[in-house]
Amino acid sequence: MKRDSKTTNPEHMAIRVCNVWKSYEEGAIPVLNGVDLDVEAGQAIALCGPSGCGKSTLLHLVGGLDRPDNGTIAVNGAELNRHRDMVRFMRHEVGFVFQLHNLIPDLTMKENCLLPSVAAGMDRHKAQDRLQELAGRTGLQHRLNHTIQRLSGGERQRTAICRALMNSPGILLADEPTGSLDERNSTNIFELLMSLAGSEGVTLLMATHDRTLAAACDRIVEMHDGRICEHC
Amino acid sequence: MIYFRLVFVNLLRHRIRTAISIAGVAFSVAAMLTVVSVLEGAVAMFSGILSSGAQMIVFERNVSDLFFSDVPAPVADEVATWQTVAHADPVLFGVVSSADHPIITCFGVTVEDPRIQGATWLAGRPDYFGRDAADVLLGERAATFLGTTLGEQIQIGHADFRVTGIVKTKNGFEDGGIFMSLAEARRFFHKEGSSVITVRLHNKDDARAFKNQVRDRFPNLIALEDAEFSRSYSQFKILKATAWAVGGCGLALGGLGVANTMIMSVFTRIREIAILRVNGFSNGQIAATIIGEAAAVAVAGALVGLLLGAIALYSLKLIPVLHGYIDVTMRPLLMASVVLLALVTGVSGALYPAAYATRIRAAEALRFE
Repeated sequence: MKRDSKTTNPEHMAIRVCNVWKSYEEGAIPVLNGVDLDVEAGQAIALCGPSGCGKSTLLHLVGGLDRPDNGTIAVNGAELNRHRDMVRFMRHEVGFVFQLHNLIPDLTMKENCLLPSVAAGMDRHKAQDRLQELAGRTGLQHRLNHTIQRLSGGERQRTAICRALMNSPGILLADEPTGSLDERNSTNIFELLMSLAGSEGVTLLMATHDRTLAAACDRIVEMHDGRICEHC
Repeated sequence: MIYFRLVFVNLLRHRIRTAISIAGVAFSVAAMLTVVSVLEGAVAMFSGILSSGAQMIVFERNVSDLFFSDVPAPVADEVATWQTVAHADPVLFGVVSSADHPIITCFGVTVEDPRIQGATWLAGRPDYFGRDAADVLLGERAATFLGTTLGEQIQIGHADFRVTGIVKTKNGFEDGGIFMSLAEARRFFHKEGSSVITVRLHNKDDARAFKNQVRDRFPNLIALEDAEFSRSYSQFKILKATAWAVGGCGLALGGLGVANTMIMSVFTRIREIAILRVNGFSNGQIAATIIGEAAAVAVAGALVGLLLGAIALYSLKLIPVLHGYIDVTMRPLLMASVVLLALVTGVSGALYPAAYATRIRAAEALRFE
């Protein structure tokens, strides 16, 4: 399951998190307390730790959904700050998979998957081809025109993975992607995620409670009380 | 395509709320259309009464109401002799009362007046008009509400008159009026001249020359072309402004309804907007979905409103007492203006919700799964 990663070299760092601090409610709720993390391009990293330790917040910061109070985050060699085109970054460089699939229920599977391509203004034919490819690889060809309400939990999460990879991002951020699935589906989804990330050459940063799944990643990063306490 | 689906999915998701919003805009549009059409119809009708198909109207300069205008009698005689003039008809407007009807418009006209010559005679004969000072003609509606037939005596003010004819005119206001000979009307209203002179020219291109001639020869009088008169007569302007103001208020209420709907729409799908943000939607794209939703509601409401407005106008026209008062012609420009106003109002109502939507922070919205 583990994938080959490039040798440790700052040039190859897909993600560099340096001394990042983050709190909510104007400092009343500290979440991240000086996090440092380097992720090499093409690696699959499991972020483990108890609920509330800051895993999701770290993913949101790396994905540009939020800003750190202090510290810097660089993705693909460029720092995420107010001078960078964040809309372009989110369209082309990063994809998200959440615990709850976060799909739009009234749209079909196909329409949900095409959302990133619509946002990015991708050529329609190109987008359709990409969708067919991803649907084929996730086994959802027969579900393309089904609304989300008609899909099972596993199918919804596979749809979310398709959507996240639609614009071929370099980084996939997965926030407990198997957290709401049963054991069999969890394993299937995880294997699919690893397989797709591997074949697409995507760097995977995944928050998870599941130690078995985490063990299959290239590296496990332990978090506790807003700090990274252990790298395996 | 997906963009439109995003717009319509939310409208279809809350069908009752959408229907109520569309109904709000529709009633506003219908109200505006009805009020403006009725008042513009009324203005057109009054304008028709005053000009009676003539090209020019001559009246006293700076009067607030044509009932107060006094054009000396010799003026009409002189104007009729001018080379550019084909026909000049002095008309005296007055208000009379009968037993149960305190206000009836009275027209003092000559026998050659187009009103008399162009009317459909339901009873009596045109050549009898003006033979006797105590004779009057009644419009069809006036004859109905006065309960009078040909040959009967009616009391107007302190005098008795004999009905020598009943005419039907296209103009509802005239249809509810009384026609006297100009000479009798002058005596009755204690006036020596007329209220206006309606003038038909040999050549329409002579209008400017005619106006200049009136200004030079009779500085106290003014000559206006028919359309110019409709535009500039202060009472018409007040009526039109009132119509648009009342209609505009109605539309503004509809716009507030759209604003309320859109705010609710944004509040109930904060998470969905956050999902769009995560998938790379820009502020502009997110705002466009909200504004698109409002525009769809406004356009649907405007179209339903046009239909309701047309039904309301035709229904009003069917009421006998309003016969001739309402012009049911829905002018394309008016319809386009109303639809455009509805669209602008609806979109304006969506501006705040759209701005709010662009400020939604995806991380906060998605943090509590």
